[in-house]
Amino acid sequence: MNAGNWSPIILTLVTFIPLAGALLLVSLPRRDRDIRVFSLVVTLFTFALSLHLPVHFHRAQAGFQYELDRAWIPTPNIHYHMGVDGISMWLVVLTTFLTPLCVLISWKSIHERVKEFFIILLVLETALIGVFVALDLFMFYFFWEATLIPMALLIGMYGHGRKVYAAVKFFMYTMIASVFMLAAILWLYAKVGTFDFVTIQNAIRSGQVENFASAAQWLFLGFFIAFAVKVPLFPFHTWLPDAHVEAPTAGSVLLAGVLLKMGTYGLLRFNLGLFPDQARANAWWVMILALIGIIYGALVALVQPNMKKLIAYSSISHLGFVVLGIFSFTQAGLDGATFVMLAHGVSTGALFMLAGILYERRHTYEISEFGGLASSMPIYASIFLFVVLASVGLPLLNGFIGEFLVLSGAFQNRPIYGVLGVTGIIWSAGYLLWMYQRVFYGEITHPVNETLPDLDPRERIALLPAAAAALVMGVAPLLWLNAIDPAVQTALAPFAQLASKVVGQ
Amino acid sequence: MTQTIPQSVEYVRILPEIVLSLFGMAIMVLDPLVNERSSQKLLGFIALIGSVAAIAATLYQSQFSGLGFWGVIKVDGFSTFFHVLITAITAVVILSSFEYMQVQQIRAGEYYALVLFGAVGMCLMSSAVELVLIFIALEISSISTYVLAGFRRRAAISSEASLKYFLLGSFATAFFLYGVALTFGATGSTSISLIAQALRSGPIPVLAYAGIAFMFVGLGFKVAAAPFHVWTPDVYEGAPAPVVGFMSTAPKAAAFAVLLRVMFEANAPGRLWLIWVAAALSMTLGNVGALVQQNVKRLLAYSSIAHAGYLLVALATLPNHGVPAAMFYTASYAAMNVGAFAVVSHLAGAGERYVTLDDYAGLGRRSPLVAATLTIFLLSLIGIPMTGGFFAKFYVFSAALQANLVGLTIIGVLNSAVGAYYYLRIIVVMYMREAREELPEIPVSPALGAALAISVAATLYLGLLPGRVLEYASRSAAELLH
Repeated sequence: MNAGNWSPIILTLVTFIPLAGALLLVSLPRRDRDIRVFSLVVTLFTFALSLHLPVHFHRAQAGFQYELDRAWIPTPNIHYHMGVDGISMWLVVLTTFLTPLCVLISWKSIHERVKEFFIILLVLETALIGVFVALDLFMFYFFWEATLIPMALLIGMYGHGRKVYAAVKFFMYTMIASVFMLAAILWLYAKVGTFDFVTIQNAIRSGQVENFASAAQWLFLGFFIAFAVKVPLFPFHTWLPDAHVEAPTAGSVLLAGVLLKMGTYGLLRFNLGLFPDQARANAWWVMILALIGIIYGALVALVQPNMKKLIAYSSISHLGFVVLGIFSFTQAGLDGATFVMLAHGVSTGALFMLAGILYERRHTYEISEFGGLASSMPIYASIFLFVVLASVGLPLLNGFIGEFLVLSGAFQNRPIYGVLGVTGIIWSAGYLLWMYQRVFYGEITHPVNETLPDLDPRERIALLPAAAAALVMGVAPLLWLNAIDPAVQTALAPFAQLASKVVGQ
Repeated sequence: MTQTIPQSVEYVRILPEIVLSLFGMAIMVLDPLVNERSSQKLLGFIALIGSVAAIAATLYQSQFSGLGFWGVIKVDGFSTFFHVLITAITAVVILSSFEYMQVQQIRAGEYYALVLFGAVGMCLMSSAVELVLIFIALEISSISTYVLAGFRRRAAISSEASLKYFLLGSFATAFFLYGVALTFGATGSTSISLIAQALRSGPIPVLAYAGIAFMFVGLGFKVAAAPFHVWTPDVYEGAPAPVVGFMSTAPKAAAFAVLLRVMFEANAPGRLWLIWVAAALSMTLGNVGALVQQNVKRLLAYSSIAHAGYLLVALATLPNHGVPAAMFYTASYAAMNVGAFAVVSHLAGAGERYVTLDDYAGLGRRSPLVAATLTIFLLSLIGIPMTGGFFAKFYVFSAALQANLVGLTIIGVLNSAVGAYYYLRIIVVMYMREAREELPEIPVSPALGAALAISVAATLYLGLLPGRVLEYASRSAAELLH
């Protein structure tokens, strides 16, 4: 098949096939097994299709690819404009990669209202992909908000414990924060007359937007607050532990794996892309918040008695690295930030799946309820160790590359940022390995744990791709980085002055 | 003003009103003739045909735009828009009333007639361009709705609603009339276009400011804008659910049509701050009030106050953006609110027993389709993309930003975030809470199903393809403002 013919519609297909699947699912009879198989087929098909993107991607070329731009609504001037660069392309693939794993991991754990669950999951996939491919600010906001409802429903309908509280908190936090972004988007539209990202960017850079100088700081903050809550950056993080602990496994995987990246992606694309001067002026306190997030997240993770909460706080810490890298405005920092986004998606996604598997067997996440599991569940223990090591940042696994790049970027920007950032890696080794030790080593303290069944084939199939990806990403990071690099260079073009100054030193 | 005999084309310019009146009278005549059991279906069906015929009449009428009856009636794109909207609301409300009336065992005859007569007044409001006729139309619509509010006459709360609405409403219409008189005193005319001329040509007399303010009070009451909103929760709680669906949308649309004509076409002086304050107050008081409600009807009453506030934001903007934004808002608000009240009236049960949030627990399991439908309306009321409510807010706020009303826009978007909370509460209760007692699943009657389907379709249409409606609104706004 000729790649050229596919290029303009491939993003539309990848985005909307899950939604089409969801619509078909509505009409399917309530036979749970069929519904699961159907969802798996749809998500796998979407994944296969999304592989078209990296395969036919022109790596050396900067700017957006696979673009499609059609007028959608004449007044206001909204375009159906999609396209990806090296950064968003990999985030799309990350989404399509994780969703089939979510289907597999939910195979048995979801046994009530199965049909609704998979409908929601597929709708969520469409919304998530949409966020990364939209190049029209209106469409971006559209998908951004569209992710909220399915996620809140997943938590509220299929979670456990205080699920309703967690769902509403999640919804309100993100909703309130994103209206500020909406106000900023509307302001830009009122002045520029279009929602098109590239057009707005050019208008700003050439100084054609009236009153921009006085409004820019507020616009920066309007976008920033929406993204900071999503990341979540300290002190906007309090919704995250609640949402994660009460969410079903698939919800946690997508929440940590993809949803949080919407925030960092937004910072990179919009805050840096549209307001470079403001980004530079505000970088000092954003980086301080990021560092607080790294250290605070890690310290809180260290003392968590609940495995899932521990992983949730570790996400706050890891996402702090991403923000640190982005606001270092260096090639290495941004490359690293993008790579951490992907690596964290894979390894934390896997950690949540592993925690979910344990929960299915014991219905608890309390670390003190376990101990000595290595003898009863050896395969599970070894995969767990592998993923923990990847997450900790062991060289040759995926966590290492990204964090290394981020820290070298931070050092270039200001050594103290790098020094403080490095402690985050030490902490992460601390909390994850200590958790591993308490769960898997030592004597079996609870008799129930002696007879826990090891992984069944379905669970292995769900976990192996993630583990394999962690390995491949660690061994051959260039496969990813050579697509990310040109996109980062484009993003950094307005900062070139700053970067050359730093290199000159 | 020359005294000539009206041409036949002028009768075409009030054709929808004539059609609605004829059908209304036919129902009144037939009511005592048919027996009580079959009256429900038959009379309701006649009313439905009447409202559909009125839509057809409006479409026919739209080819004959122009003034009529010595310049008191004006058929233009603007009036056609509101005619279609009001008669469509009427049709959907009638559809959603069949089942409700049967369950409540209310004798239906004059109910349907009153709905049609109310629609006559509202249609007339949207095409009248002379203040005295506007006042008469306002009275026709108001008196019908006063009676409709008390239609569950066995329930004390319904009679209370009716009486309260009547007393406060008469007071408010008196304000409106006073405003008309003052404006006449200031400008020497009651015709909107002549008032506009007078106001443009010379210095603006103080009396005109007072006149505009008094008229705003009267109309502000009708649209339930703060600080004239106090009646709303009590009346909405007491009135029959389908009637609330009707009176929270159709008279509101009509009153906004009048406001738009008076404020923009007459270029009313001093409107900005008047409306600014009312809009900010309505949004805030409405949303804050709704946060603590347990009764779904009261909750939606406060929500309607808040939505009146969003709509008023459009009136504070520049006319060329504000008028189409307001028109779009009335249409999409009508679609989602009529739908939401159709669901409420379906679930209410005999004597409206099940109208609290607790009664909605477990609805997602009990009747998934009804719950999903209500969810769509609620998401639209929140203003989630893909629904009409999103674009409605979107146009209003971007019009406000174009007019540099940054403060009001911030108040607005913050309010819409607060608003998300209480709509979400209903969704949460439906899907995430178990029912306290096993309530029976009530089958959806075909008529109600049709009403819901129309509302859902309209809500989604306005959310996915808003272009055509907005374009029509922009064109008729341009025509209105010439």
